[in-house]
Amino acid sequence: MTDKKELELYLHIPFCIRKCNYCDFLSMPADEGVYIQYADMLLEELKEKAGVCREYQAITVFLGGGTPSLLPEGQISRILGGVQEYFSLSPNAEVTIECNPGTLDRQKLSAYQKSGVNRLSIGLQSAINQELGLLGRIHTFQQFEENFALARDIGFQNINIDLISGLPRQTLRDWEYTLEKVMDLEPEHISAYSLIVEPGTPFYETYGEDEQRREQGGHPQYLPEEETERDMYQRTKALLEEKGYRRYEISNYARQGRECRHNIGYWRRTPYLGFGLGSASLLEETRFSNPSSLKEYLEGNYTRLGPVLHKGPSAKGTGAASEREWQERQTEGEGYWKLSREQQMEEFMFLGLRMAEGVSKVGFQAAFGINMEGPYGKPLQEFQKQGLLAQQGDAVFLTEEGIAVSNYVLGGFLL
Amino acid sequence: MAATDQSKIRNFCIIAHIDHGKSTLADRIIEKTGLLTSREMQAQVLDNMELERERGITIKAQTVRIVYRAKDGEEYIFNLIDTPGHVDFNYEVSRSLAACDGAILVVDAAQGIEAQTLANVYLALDHDLDVLPVINKIDLPSAEPERVIEEIEDVIGLEAQDAPRISAKTGLNIEDVLEQIVEKIPAPGGNPENPLQALIFDSLYDSYKGVIVFCRIKEGRVKVGTTIKMMATGASADVVEVGYFGAGQFIPCEELSAGMVGYITASLKNVRDTQVGDTVTDADRPCSAPLPGYKKVNSMVFCGMYPADGAKYPDLRDALEKLQLNDAALQFEPETSIALGFGFRCGFLGLLHLEIIQERLEREYGLDLVTTAPGVIYKVHKANGEIIELTNPSNLPDPAEIEYMEEPMVSAEIMVTSEYIGAIMDLCQERRGIYISMEYMEETRALLKYELPLNEIIYDFFDALKSRSRGYASFDYEMKGYARSELVKLDILINKEEVDALSFIVHSGTAYERGRKMCEKLKEEIPRHLFEIPIQAAIGSKVIARETVKAMRKDVLAKCYGGDISRKRKLLEKQKEGKKRMRQVGNVEVPQKAFMSVLKLDDR
Repeated sequence: MTDKKELELYLHIPFCIRKCNYCDFLSMPADEGVYIQYADMLLEELKEKAGVCREYQAITVFLGGGTPSLLPEGQISRILGGVQEYFSLSPNAEVTIECNPGTLDRQKLSAYQKSGVNRLSIGLQSAINQELGLLGRIHTFQQFEENFALARDIGFQNINIDLISGLPRQTLRDWEYTLEKVMDLEPEHISAYSLIVEPGTPFYETYGEDEQRREQGGHPQYLPEEETERDMYQRTKALLEEKGYRRYEISNYARQGRECRHNIGYWRRTPYLGFGLGSASLLEETRFSNPSSLKEYLEGNYTRLGPVLHKGPSAKGTGAASEREWQERQTEGEGYWKLSREQQMEEFMFLGLRMAEGVSKVGFQAAFGINMEGPYGKPLQEFQKQGLLAQQGDAVFLTEEGIAVSNYVLGGFLL
Repeated sequence: MAATDQSKIRNFCIIAHIDHGKSTLADRIIEKTGLLTSREMQAQVLDNMELERERGITIKAQTVRIVYRAKDGEEYIFNLIDTPGHVDFNYEVSRSLAACDGAILVVDAAQGIEAQTLANVYLALDHDLDVLPVINKIDLPSAEPERVIEEIEDVIGLEAQDAPRISAKTGLNIEDVLEQIVEKIPAPGGNPENPLQALIFDSLYDSYKGVIVFCRIKEGRVKVGTTIKMMATGASADVVEVGYFGAGQFIPCEELSAGMVGYITASLKNVRDTQVGDTVTDADRPCSAPLPGYKKVNSMVFCGMYPADGAKYPDLRDALEKLQLNDAALQFEPETSIALGFGFRCGFLGLLHLEIIQERLEREYGLDLVTTAPGVIYKVHKANGEIIELTNPSNLPDPAEIEYMEEPMVSAEIMVTSEYIGAIMDLCQERRGIYISMEYMEETRALLKYELPLNEIIYDFFDALKSRSRGYASFDYEMKGYARSELVKLDILINKEEVDALSFIVHSGTAYERGRKMCEKLKEEIPRHLFEIPIQAAIGSKVIARETVKAMRKDVLAKCYGGDISRKRKLLEKQKEGKKRMRQVGNVEVPQKAFMSVLKLDDR
């Protein structure tokens, strides 16, 4: 069995009851008829792609969204049934479903468990109801607590809780309160992201200018000061570490052995296939994405694997494309971007450095046949001199200071 | 082409204030005479530089030959020479006019006469051109053609009762214009049998044909094989091809004779051999004297231009040489800067000219440039009696050696509606203007005359004028000698290091204000670094203003959505792209545009 190549599967469920004020994910409200059509199409896509990926074995499955838990449990069971039927799934695969409080009940959770889900990722975001209101969430903290208890009761032993810091008017104390409330529940994993005010969201309308002011070094009116954000980040690490959570990635904390394998795959460049609307894939050092128009997707327009695997006719587009072509075609939901060796190295660095343990020099040598110092001698040296990177044995990793300005550091690894 | 009957030729140009519809009328004339079908017409055929279309202005003179069958049944050859409209290009306008026998004056039926209308009309009359007024945009609801006609008669003294009332946009009454061209613009004079005398009004470099000279034959004839001589530069060469101008193409013909407008190619490879305004003659049978009016054009505004990538220095030099061929007013010489490396000190007619050259270098030659603050030529009188013409602030001698300094002045005419007179007078006051006079052209509009230092108007005066008058003021100026002035050199220090490329000369009375604004502007332009960056303005060793760019404390990438790495990559690449446009000053990365944008300081 183990001679098969590892593969991760991501399945996107782009539906929500309503869109949150900060959200720029691909998601939308829809009715049940659409849910079923969508699940049908996912199954079709799974079947077709699995058919040409026989030499791969799926080691993780992630149902993300949107709100996957919005679908009737029967549809989730069908989808996961399809995954098991078509793909070779590792016996100890990590199978995660994202859920939102307010859409969960005992029936759904039991069905998930029966379908093979062994990890829940619950979008809580804040333990303060006022903040939940501001974010446009459809639930209260109390509803979440009930859902969480239910999940434990049913037997889920690997649960992640998503949180967002740096909310408008949030103080350090507010954030600590949320962290404390969440730690009391002892989840296995906590994701704590800083709020990013994304263009095209209601938050951008309200706080876009404020964020820009802060970015330029001015004083924001609603958003926390940059220093406060830094404090929040540092407090997160300190508080969670006291309770046995280790920060293993810039924004992710877990109890020993409970790190999210699926997400680590993204940073370590494990091949993955995305299914459903707008989802991205990395296969054979080629990146590609599905179309982001629901109508198109439901008509069967998803990116075929033929050109990537060099077998069968190219269903759409040609093989390797230049980056520009790729970007142009991406907007039409097709096209493949064969990563050059340089781009693979860049990814190795800027994705890998997000991990607390950093990147391995030996790993680099093994992957590319050259010393990491070759292409990256200069940034490695300069960032270490600036105290943004550190080295220990084989590993190169971001320091605390480096994490705070990681954007700046990671950008330095583009060739 | 068969020999052309000289009496059937009409050589003319169209003059107008900016936006009064000059290029649109040119398009309509070309379309009506069937040179291009309307389907083939791309709006504004004559503005063929991408830049011209974008900005809606004419930069280079353009010429086109049109055949028109008039109501009298005869065919006429029209040579339409489109001229630049901006004050910066006065010399080009003047040379284009010298190639014409008449001019169509386009006046906007709603706006009436503007400052450039006047300036252009006077220029045309100076060249003894017959001026044919045309009232444009009569389809506008606010059009008042009768009022504008009266204005033309009162202010310019031009008979205008039967001026065609047209809409170039819709094509209304364009025939009237064509008929009046035949009737009112005289046929060219000159005798084909006389020795060759031709005026160069433009030239172009073509990598296959070499230099292409655009000229108006005043006397004599020229054909393939004629050995021509440029009277001012002395260069001579054998003619390889002559021809005339189709729409967007060169059409060879047998010969060009007196009265005709066309082009000559003559295996000239050196871009400096053909200068606009020079006279072409037959080397074997020269004319007795050159045509009048040639002058070497002097640059008014100077700045440093540096390749962003130092290795591109030779490319920049080649590009400047090529541009110079079509643009006698462009000057350049090598210089070096501590902050920017090797580059050129370039001279221009004005700020628009500078911006255009800069954009053309970037677009047409793919160069990435860093441009320093434009300045004028100051005369530095040293105590030892020596006089220095200073074009680069870094070369200013030690203040102890300077007895006094002089700066160039202009006479400015500003036409403005009465409600904005106050605002515009304030502006002129702030720019150290000396009030000369004010006359009312009509009840609601006045002509203000000021003397202003050139260095106060080259930066953003035009923008400020437009914004403070809500677009109702128009402006024209001419040079008017030098005047003594209290000037100081203002230096900028970034992270305690003086940046030579940011130094500039300023009047002592406004130095403090300028220094403060420069620091504020630089603070906005310089991205945050991992450390704090002080920005200071200083005169000599005295710091007069200070700002600080705060250190960057947090910059973390967002979540990874469903494995979408491309988004992250784009973000990082954008960041890297931004870095490329930076200049290293000490350990600070300064965006290239900061060197230029610090000039636009009018904050109203």
